[in-house]
Amino acid sequence: MTQLDFITVLPIAFLTFWVCALLLADLFIKRKGLTAVLAAVGLAITLGLTLMQVGRSALGFNGMLVLDGFSIFVQTLLLLSGLLGIALAYGYIRRMKIERGEYYGLLLFSIIGMMLMAQAADLIMVFLALETLSIPLYVLAAFARPNPDSEESGLKYFLLGAFAGGFVLYGIALIYGATGSTQLAQIISVVNLSGGFEGIYNPTLMLIGAALVLVGLGFKVAAVPFHMWTPDVYQGAPTAVTAFMAAGAKIAGFAALLRVFALAFPTLSADLSPVLWVISALTMFGGNLIAISQTNIKRMLAYSSIAHAGYILMAFVPFGDPKVLPVSVAAGLFYLVAYTLTNFGTWGVVIALEKAEGKGLEISDYAGLGRKYPALAAAMTVFMLSLTGMPPTLGLVGKFYLFRAVLEGGYVWLAVIGVITSLISAYYYLRVVVTMYMHEGEAQTEREFWLGLTTLGAAVLTVLISLTPQWLFILAKDAVLMLF
Amino acid sequence: MMAGTLPISYYLGLSALLFTLGVLGVLIRRNALVIFMSVELMLNAGNLAFVAFARMYDMLNGQIFVFFVMAVAAAEVAVGLALIVAIFKTKRSIDVDQMNSLKG
Repeated sequence: MTQLDFITVLPIAFLTFWVCALLLADLFIKRKGLTAVLAAVGLAITLGLTLMQVGRSALGFNGMLVLDGFSIFVQTLLLLSGLLGIALAYGYIRRMKIERGEYYGLLLFSIIGMMLMAQAADLIMVFLALETLSIPLYVLAAFARPNPDSEESGLKYFLLGAFAGGFVLYGIALIYGATGSTQLAQIISVVNLSGGFEGIYNPTLMLIGAALVLVGLGFKVAAVPFHMWTPDVYQGAPTAVTAFMAAGAKIAGFAALLRVFALAFPTLSADLSPVLWVISALTMFGGNLIAISQTNIKRMLAYSSIAHAGYILMAFVPFGDPKVLPVSVAAGLFYLVAYTLTNFGTWGVVIALEKAEGKGLEISDYAGLGRKYPALAAAMTVFMLSLTGMPPTLGLVGKFYLFRAVLEGGYVWLAVIGVITSLISAYYYLRVVVTMYMHEGEAQTEREFWLGLTTLGAAVLTVLISLTPQWLFILAKDAVLMLF
Repeated sequence: MMAGTLPISYYLGLSALLFTLGVLGVLIRRNALVIFMSVELMLNAGNLAFVAFARMYDMLNGQIFVFFVMAVAAAEVAVGLALIVAIFKTKRSIDVDQMNSLKG
């Protein structure tokens, strides 16, 4: 291991060390709140180390891991969502009587996997990172055992996640067969050389392999038609886990999609762009249409998260066009930031209203919230507007950038579908707002400092950043331009 | 190709067959354990393809990948069996068709 290798992997190495020490220390910690604080401190230090790397770019471990602006951007987002995930879980798991120290250890292990995903420059790393991030999430989903819903959610997530992992692995094997390498950089050079001379490159095998990888990652980011697990898993898992899963796993999945497809497979765009087009359109329609009929808020938000995966997938449709790609990927990153912020805020409100034994999760339970807890209701209104894509919120800005990028790529109908499905989504998002303000009811919430801070902070940021979104978009664009 | 060895396509054919069997098993069977075994079949199909390609290219990295996959599969077994045991304790069954308490 050279010094450069060490710098490349420093934040991840530190976090790995920290979480191992945390698991040991947890044995001696009586008050599990302290474990949460230590986990948050570890994430904060890792965040500092990551930010210290801004401006650097390097290739470490013989081309296994890459450090560039994109990886730093994504890792910063992941670490922030980890901190928000701990803030939401802190009071929740105590209230639900599932306060065990392993919760935070598993959460951090999952973040390590996600961070590796952002840095992976080799398909082996993509697979290993995918499993490192998924396996702790399976356990977390079943964390409320012996609650049957949570166990069921964990098992379903596990079986379908492992199934998806099998697809990714077989796809990678075929790509290896087609190009003789698993390193993204070498795959690119083999593919590019093949035009001129009789190389080893086998385009058919490559295409099948890439399609299998797409199926596997499609499962992970919950794109239609690979979304069947999402509603059950999101509903059954402890709400704090759902909040983290919805944001973190999506960010990591899209980071992998970007690295693999935009960088290594641009030659396949003629075949794969239409496929991505269809998946993106189906995901937007499927998620938004099924969400309408839901009465359980967790299930509704699960379908909403499927729909948002569709919006983010739009950013990948023009991936073969080098002129549009930086803008569209930057738009995708921006949308991920907007989605993450809104997502944690929304789930924070859901957690505030949730009672023991799964009570307080119906949309009708939100009746009367507007009169009794005006601040919380106002925050929820902001989040619902943001998820719909209405002003003055970050969701609108994110959708604007996305649709603009897709239009630049020449996919007019995809943008039209995006607008239509956003209109459809207004129906079920605004129904929550109507229930909160117009219906009589006795909504009851739990008061917790960190939960309240996360929720209100997210609401304020969602509005404030939307007023001056330029700097964030420029940051995202710079991150993409610095792709290795 | 050395004398007395099978052509590479045989191995790839077998691995494709294994993968298909695995996918079908996941989709058709209803016992969580059998589904899990089918997933393992898919992973091993990938392993076989890796080893075959590594032999074809005379490169070691494909074979090394297989070790990683085995380690991952072992980790999945640990978590998966724990989940299945936990479910069995509460439900006395691991039939996935009976796992329908979550519905909208």
